[in-house]
Amino acid sequence: MGRFKYAAPAQFYPLAGKMAPWFAAAAAILAVIGLVIGLYLAPIDVTQKDSYRIIFIHVPAAWMSMFLYVVMAFWGALALAMNTRLSAMMAQSIAPTGALMTALALWTGAFWGKPTWGTYWAWDARMTTELILLFLYLGIIALRNAIDDPRRADKACGVLALVGVVNVPIIYMSVKWWNTLHQGATIKAGNASIAAIMLAGMLVMVFAFWFYSIAVTLVRLRTIMLEREAGTAWVARLAETEKER
Amino acid sequence: MVTDSSPAFPVKEAMAFGDGAFTAFAWALRRDLRLAMRSRAELGVQILFYIIVVALFPLSMAPDRELLLLLGPGVLWVAALLASLLSLPRLFASDYADGTLEQMALSPLPLPALILGKISAHWLTTGLPVVLLAPLLSIQYSLESEAVWVLMAGLLIGTPVLSLLGAIGAALTLGLRSGGGSLLALLILPLYIPILIFGAMAVDVARSGASAGAQFSLLAAGLLLALAGAPFATSAAVRISLD
Repeated sequence: MGRFKYAAPAQFYPLAGKMAPWFAAAAAILAVIGLVIGLYLAPIDVTQKDSYRIIFIHVPAAWMSMFLYVVMAFWGALALAMNTRLSAMMAQSIAPTGALMTALALWTGAFWGKPTWGTYWAWDARMTTELILLFLYLGIIALRNAIDDPRRADKACGVLALVGVVNVPIIYMSVKWWNTLHQGATIKAGNASIAAIMLAGMLVMVFAFWFYSIAVTLVRLRTIMLEREAGTAWVARLAETEKER
Repeated sequence: MVTDSSPAFPVKEAMAFGDGAFTAFAWALRRDLRLAMRSRAELGVQILFYIIVVALFPLSMAPDRELLLLLGPGVLWVAALLASLLSLPRLFASDYADGTLEQMALSPLPLPALILGKISAHWLTTGLPVVLLAPLLSIQYSLESEAVWVLMAGLLIGTPVLSLLGAIGAALTLGLRSGGGSLLALLILPLYIPILIFGAMAVDVARSGASAGAQFSLLAAGLLLALAGAPFATSAAVRISLD
């Protein structure tokens, strides 16, 4: 037991069940606050008019797409190194949300690009690397689906995720390294080049997206745990208590 | 064997390990080259595939000289990617099927060195022909001779990276039902994209009169990174597939 107590699916299952609703509620509340700030309180941008408001979805989605990949690769690496079950399940449950965030970032970026740059898509460095990230997520999901033995799938996906992690710093730095269409970062530590109210709305939305990702990952993790531990004693006990209820 | 004069640091063992790595590399390289030479027809088919893909593009549009000049480097690179992808399943599949790969993994020789030997043989039989054929095929796209040299140099640095990265995907998809080509393509092509971009960009930059040094540096950085990482990632993937 001790600090590795929650590394066992049997221990983590109820904890995840308790945490998920709280994160979901926090995500919903923050999303409402963030959208009110973003869509009503924040002023119209001088150059981009109302179309800039898509950043309240676009930026959080883009950040989460990269962040979730790193988190997934971390859990995958841990599963490879320590041969732990729960961390592999964690990596497995993060992948679909990461892919969703990447798709959202690309989609909203395209809708923002049309009125602002006059094109839905350009082969600019950041877009291309973000598209590669989407392919990496989809590749990891496809590889898992192709392998019948879940333990082998865990390790194979861990290796692939680690190889792909090279891409994340490239996406992050792409607007600095290549001077292409996508603008540089607006949020810098200390001095952001946007109005305080816009920044506040965006940060609130980032936390909303973050908590949403945690909530959804935990719910998916519970399903994966039940599915993969179906033959174990703790799942049998759980099924008993559920039946009695 | 312990003798009285054995030093504190096991120099002999360390040297033996170095020998082992080189022996393993040389053995795997020679073996795979010999196997490739015995199935020359298969190699020929892969090279023909490359040639045909390159020839398809001018047929799909009005063969305007200016347009071909613009498209040429990219088309040759894409064809190199596809040719590499097509030949990847061959890298481990037959050794996996007849148990040779398992024996390699069990042998005392270091597996990453054996795999590096196999990858080198793969590049020599599929990557190098692509590099050598590039000048001939660039004639179809009327590339100038300087651009052809840049293209060849780029392919020379870039195609080993394709073999190295591709080996990881080939090892991960070993023995999968739905494995085959399409899953391998989904896993590997995204990793190939940077090589494609910088390889094709080098030719464009050189044709516009600037120096392509930056692109070559990036390609070479990719090669070094892949060379340092891919044999180990591949041997991890092979062991996972053999489990």
